[in-house]
Amino acid sequence: MRTRVMVDPLTRIEGHLRVETIVEDGTVVEARCGGTLYRGFEQILEGRNPLDAVQLTQRFCGVCPTAHAVASSQCLDNALGIMPPDNGRIIRNLIQGANYIQSHVLHFYHLAALDFVRGPDFPPFVPRYEADYRLPKATSDEIVKHYVQALHIRVKAHEMSAVFSGKMPHCASVVPGGVTVTPTVDKVTTFIWRLKELREFIDNVYLPDVLTVAEVYRDYGEIGAGCKNLLSYGAFDLNNEPAVTKRKRFFTMACVRNGKLEPLDPAKITEDVKSSWYRSASHLHPSKGETVPDPDKASGYTWLKAPRYAGTVYEVGPMARGMIAHTVGADPVHVKAIDEALTHLRLKPENLYSVLGRHLCRAIETKVLADVMAEWVLQIKLDQPVAQPLPMPDNADGFGLWDASRGALGHWISIGNKKIDRYQAVVPTTWNASPHDDKGQPGPIEQALVGAPVKDPVNPFSVARIVRSFDPCIACAIHLLTPKGKLLNRFRVV
Amino acid sequence: MPDHGFSRREFLQWAVAIGAVTEFSEAFLPKVAAAIQAAVKEYPLIWMQASACSGCSVSVINTIHPSIKNVILDQILPGHQLFLDYHSTLMAASGKLSTDAALETARKNKGKYILIVEGAIPTQGSGIYGTLGEEDGRQVTLLEWVRRLAPDALAILTVGTCAAYGGIAAARPNPSGAKGVSEVLRMNNIATPVVNIPGCPCHPDWFIGTVARVLLYGLPKPSEVDGDGRLKIYFAKSIHNRCINRDYMDEGVFSINFGEPGCLLEIGCKGPFTCGDCPVRQWNSGVNWCISANAPCMGCTEPGFPDAHSPLYQRR
Repeated sequence: MRTRVMVDPLTRIEGHLRVETIVEDGTVVEARCGGTLYRGFEQILEGRNPLDAVQLTQRFCGVCPTAHAVASSQCLDNALGIMPPDNGRIIRNLIQGANYIQSHVLHFYHLAALDFVRGPDFPPFVPRYEADYRLPKATSDEIVKHYVQALHIRVKAHEMSAVFSGKMPHCASVVPGGVTVTPTVDKVTTFIWRLKELREFIDNVYLPDVLTVAEVYRDYGEIGAGCKNLLSYGAFDLNNEPAVTKRKRFFTMACVRNGKLEPLDPAKITEDVKSSWYRSASHLHPSKGETVPDPDKASGYTWLKAPRYAGTVYEVGPMARGMIAHTVGADPVHVKAIDEALTHLRLKPENLYSVLGRHLCRAIETKVLADVMAEWVLQIKLDQPVAQPLPMPDNADGFGLWDASRGALGHWISIGNKKIDRYQAVVPTTWNASPHDDKGQPGPIEQALVGAPVKDPVNPFSVARIVRSFDPCIACAIHLLTPKGKLLNRFRVV
Repeated sequence: MPDHGFSRREFLQWAVAIGAVTEFSEAFLPKVAAAIQAAVKEYPLIWMQASACSGCSVSVINTIHPSIKNVILDQILPGHQLFLDYHSTLMAASGKLSTDAALETARKNKGKYILIVEGAIPTQGSGIYGTLGEEDGRQVTLLEWVRRLAPDALAILTVGTCAAYGGIAAARPNPSGAKGVSEVLRMNNIATPVVNIPGCPCHPDWFIGTVARVLLYGLPKPSEVDGDGRLKIYFAKSIHNRCINRDYMDEGVFSINFGEPGCLLEIGCKGPFTCGDCPVRQWNSGVNWCISANAPCMGCTEPGFPDAHSPLYQRR
């Protein structure tokens, strides 16, 4: 029997997402995901002063604004032909690193944990799906206590970011050419102490909790594999090499296809729109991207475009970064942390292609990043400049590629007469929650859902677990909407 | 309750004595919670995210006093408890299970629930640019949700500049026809009182203070609110009047490039045109704020944000 199972809204993510699956004999055989809000940022940016992009694109998303601040600043750095001085580079890394920690802790405890842990019996913990909550009550209660502790920890992470960024969310000090903030010894000190507290939490609470959950949900190391092609732009610049593809980064820029590592060529990125409500041309490179809405397009079912690399579907995010790190082996600490977790859970590297793999890689990279940030903060030189002066050419093109906490984030700009002619952003969730492309290939989340067990269509908790493992961020991804519900015979989740 | 460090008896005595519900007491001791409930005023709360980026939710959970635990799980003020019946980023439920919770709260608590709106309301094409959930095969617009939930609310608090005035979502050419909540209510002849808590994002203290004002003293009097519907205690004075860089201005020291010390007017500071108490309150537990980070004020609390303040990095 074929049953349509619709989850709308899929909550505990950023933004408005609906997920529609077809379930046959207790298994998902087909899936479609779409967002339900359109703001039209690309249209809003056109004609404005190029520097405004740094502030406006942060408003794509209040969870990961720093990533947009850095990506758009690097996009403008590229267009203007400048590179920030060391202090600017390091402080951008620290502002972004603090928000990685904030975002990952928030994702595990406040967005995803309730999929696996039974919360208390009052709002917002009820109502809920009646899932197979497997942890003993004492362990569940302990993790719920950590939910509360994690609320305070993520506040600290935001404070740490604000020490250099001015405020969070929507940071003030990241600008083209570097940062505005003057580093002082008291800022460095207060950053170090907050970081110390966060590292203790990551080591003693967050990582152990993820392993505890993983231990009793080991079958989720086989569920939600997805497309198994991975892509990362890398993040956290370690030198000032102007060409981004040659720049040394803490997380490496690369792709993994069929288990093999390949260098990334930004020219191979395209966006298909066959399934998206746009009448603009399909299969364009983002630097030539067009955004002409067409809500009545018959073949459309989402406002997300379908980004593809060399015509193939790629997943982005912590799992991509973890697998690339594991394959490249450039950072022995990162590799060891992944191997230890796999050994502990009696899992193989292939099991990382899964719901569990995404949670594990997210927690592990939080640790290795927080640890290395303690070194970076001491590399700040108090008496050195933080920014380059900005030349503003009449006409220029540029791009910025940078992994946000959720994955590969690209910004592309064309400047004409000192104004924005064209601005396109391809964000992590556009990759992961993308629809079927022109060739009919489903997007990564759509692929990950196929095969998911749904015994009870009224409680499709495995669907929610798979989708949330990607940490979708819809406000970023659309800039989106589903204007008209035209599907027939929909089975409603009650 | 050995795992919480005190016995059941101790807990009972303590909880009843001070009339407090501690962490998750409802889950662990339902009867005690029920007894105490009589003394605690409850306020059901529906938090709707419309055309938003979630930044205001993320900012509000940065509150320190009260902690966010107090706000969402416990008592926001002694004797006053909010029940977060709907918040799509935090609630356990998904799908119709979640949206039904919002409708149920509104139905059962006419005139008693607080409606929080985050984000602007898309109005173009009857609101089709933003939907939430589906009924009878038809997606329900955010505009429709406001029409359903606004009339019977005790009060509506708009968090952030988008919900208050349209903000970023309504920036020209405003492709989705996004509008602030007050304007949408006027267009629909809904008279429920609204208090605006602008900012991009809104400051957690502004949110908590405005909620506390309503819970402890009732809705603000007209004299306590400015022409833009904001509480004067937070928004009566300009950023410029209390700016830490006033001495630079008096001495004629202006920053021309990013990262230089000086008054930030020439690189776009909108402090003279912007109301808010950021210079004295600061952000993120008081660790910093835009101008302390040498970054110009963007004027994010104003109805004109962002268009009236663009180009953002040029002197207005």
